[in-house]
Amino acid sequence: MANLRQLVDKIKPTFEKGGKLGFLHSTFDAFETFLYVPNTVTKKGSHIRDCVDIKRVMIIVVLSLVPAMLVGMWNVGYQHNLAFGLGWNFWMTFLYGLLKVLPLYIVSYLVGLAIEFASAQIQGHEVNEGYLVSGMLIPLIVPVDVPLWMLAIAVAFAVIFGKEVFGGSGMNIWNPALLCRAFLFFSYPSKMSGDTVWTGGLSRYIAEGKCFMGGELVDGFSGATPLTQLSSGEITTPVWQLICGNVGGAVGETSIIAILLGAAIIIFTGVASWKIMVSSVIGALAIGGLANICGASAVPCWYHLILGGFAFGTVFMATDPVTSAQTETGKWIYGFFVGALTVTVRLFNPGYMEGMMLAILLMNTFAPLIDHCVTSSHISARAKRIAKAK
Amino acid sequence: MSSTINLKHGLNVPLNGEAELRVAPKFVLSEVALKPTDFRGLLPKLLVKEGEEVKAGAPLFADKKNPAILFTSPVSGVVSRVVRGEKRKLLAVTVKPSQTQEYVDFTPKTGAKTADALKELLLESGLWPLLVQRPYGIVADPAKTPKAIFVSTFSTAPLAADTAFTLGGEVAAIQAGLDAVALLTSGKVHVSLYAKTAATSPFAKLQNCEFHVFEGKHPAGNVGVQISHIAPIQKGETVWTITLEGLAAIGKLIKTGKVDLSRKVALTGPATYDACYIDAVPGLAIADLANFYSDSQKEDIRFISGNALSGVNVGADGFLGFGDNQITLLPEGNTYELFGWAKPIRCSQFSSSRTYFSWLTPNKKYDMDTNLHGGVRSFVLSDVYAKVLPMDIYPVFLTKACLAKDIDKMEKFGIYEVLEEDLALCEYVDPSKNDIQQIIADGINLMLKEMA
Repeated sequence: MANLRQLVDKIKPTFEKGGKLGFLHSTFDAFETFLYVPNTVTKKGSHIRDCVDIKRVMIIVVLSLVPAMLVGMWNVGYQHNLAFGLGWNFWMTFLYGLLKVLPLYIVSYLVGLAIEFASAQIQGHEVNEGYLVSGMLIPLIVPVDVPLWMLAIAVAFAVIFGKEVFGGSGMNIWNPALLCRAFLFFSYPSKMSGDTVWTGGLSRYIAEGKCFMGGELVDGFSGATPLTQLSSGEITTPVWQLICGNVGGAVGETSIIAILLGAAIIIFTGVASWKIMVSSVIGALAIGGLANICGASAVPCWYHLILGGFAFGTVFMATDPVTSAQTETGKWIYGFFVGALTVTVRLFNPGYMEGMMLAILLMNTFAPLIDHCVTSSHISARAKRIAKAK
Repeated sequence: MSSTINLKHGLNVPLNGEAELRVAPKFVLSEVALKPTDFRGLLPKLLVKEGEEVKAGAPLFADKKNPAILFTSPVSGVVSRVVRGEKRKLLAVTVKPSQTQEYVDFTPKTGAKTADALKELLLESGLWPLLVQRPYGIVADPAKTPKAIFVSTFSTAPLAADTAFTLGGEVAAIQAGLDAVALLTSGKVHVSLYAKTAATSPFAKLQNCEFHVFEGKHPAGNVGVQISHIAPIQKGETVWTITLEGLAAIGKLIKTGKVDLSRKVALTGPATYDACYIDAVPGLAIADLANFYSDSQKEDIRFISGNALSGVNVGADGFLGFGDNQITLLPEGNTYELFGWAKPIRCSQFSSSRTYFSWLTPNKKYDMDTNLHGGVRSFVLSDVYAKVLPMDIYPVFLTKACLAKDIDKMEKFGIYEVLEEDLALCEYVDPSKNDIQQIIADGINLMLKEMA
């Protein structure tokens, strides 16, 4: 290990200002700080610092997404298997999912990180870790059959216009991963909605009449996600399937168990706010419950929690600390509206059932306003209280 | 006695190197310095020349804006150096102590029974700067009458001096000092006690003051935090604070007519191998402490006047700050750590965050160094800061208002109530590694400039 340090120290001057490859300083720095916690010491203020840094925070979020990713991969294979009646075993099922999802990850990270590095290079900054999480999220919230070139364009859009123009991670207004999905949805609606994009290999079969390792489409297989059953007024998919995640949907959003496991990790480590998650659930149940009482929907309101992208969005997307509300009271308000708006869209917009994405993006937009209202009312309430005490 | 104020937010940083409750043998002071930089916003006017003989209590420099405020020598001796920095800024005036200490005699004035007479005594003797004004943490303005005066009898900072040990024997002097400063305010003198030691605290017997009991982790001992729970400072209001050491010095002046700033100072931190108390005066030369650390590692030690969170890096040839009762020696963290952030378990490092596992060993103390432990980023997490600040303000919003130099917002978010030390823990826990204390200090300096 000492040899590695020697090697790094040896090549370091090449990448510093005035060195041959000085223009790649940010890139070198990113790799060096990835390997080593730098030897920077505190200059101002507190002489000692907590050993937690943004890299650690981000890696915890990445870790919490791993269960959803693994189950998602398996489910991609399972859905394909179901569609074409192939009778695969577990490993074959998982392998197919891995082969389908891996390219999504490669595209997501290659395009996203390339832009991150380039923009850090141009601005002379250190490379932000934010994209490690966004890059992990993006393949989990897109339909598995999305064409890779579309994904690449969407990622580029999300990183450049969702993040870099604002000044990088921490300065962005909207969640970059959701922006990526929104871009795909509005730019290529034919590829992003409908029933056939959710099952791996189905698009190709329809276009070319072929699929991986042969097989014919099973009669009656539609590929529709259980979410579409909402408009029919009855959910026919068994609840246990919705919870385990062997149903159609975006790659990572189907398994409630895997998502809850991730939620446990990020709540326990304090990386994400449980307040947003709880209030989002309350918001969804409130509107869903109201719809049940008024007779607007026959589906029990708790179904909304396990259908579609609600659970994934609530746990991993709405809680993004940068784009959500910053004040603790604000988090309750913000989360409530995320849940409430999602269910509202689901109930009253049969054309596009998945309201989660737009609900979060809309609330991202309003989060600063919520914070402004919360801090203003806190300041005036406090001034009154102090005046009264005198 | 009033009921206990329980502060739920805060963090006790488990730093290694607590001072043993014993006093090291006396050593000869080589040099003692008085530094204008210890007083925020002070423009000094030099009153002595190199080589001049001074007694303890004789003025070395004055405040240019208010020449009545004198800064006097803590010891008697010869002015050895006038240290100047860039643009001839006065950094320090050092005095080489004489063998026998001689004192300026203030006895004719120590019988002061009115506020004006007392002000004159304190200004002339150089003890006036012990009174610190809030907001802004500047030397008190003699023309003002504060709403109240606040004294904290304990510190919760990492490895802070045990005041019962350092000042338990000087209760009579502290009482005299307290009676004196009580003349200066139209309100009360508020004295805070720590809940765990309130029953046994020697300071619980003080009279002529109102007690408040605080319970909680750091920064519960910070006087600023206590003020915000006793009587928050509003725009236009002025309160003063003074330390116990300050009260003791004023008390001794009144009783003996001498300026005696000597105090027990805690010598702490992982880089000293003999953490204990020393007899010192403000301005003590750090170089005199050579017996307490390994000379071969001198280059890799940071010498801090004050505590590890909000003290000042004075260097091996620096001096103890005017108001400080603690010196912290920390190893410099100028080394690389392979896979530091990626290691699942990182036993030798402490984190208040549960992203590491140090929450499993709550009683462990850590040899912390000065490594930043990461790169500087923009603010990402939003809830870690308020968890260590037991005040009714939004720390990140205040910090951002200071960054934006938005005076209106700084006022709203509570700039009048804080000094940078109150947000030191916010800076400590910040995963984005922002220099929050510097940002707040810049904000306060901006307020001073704009409001003057």
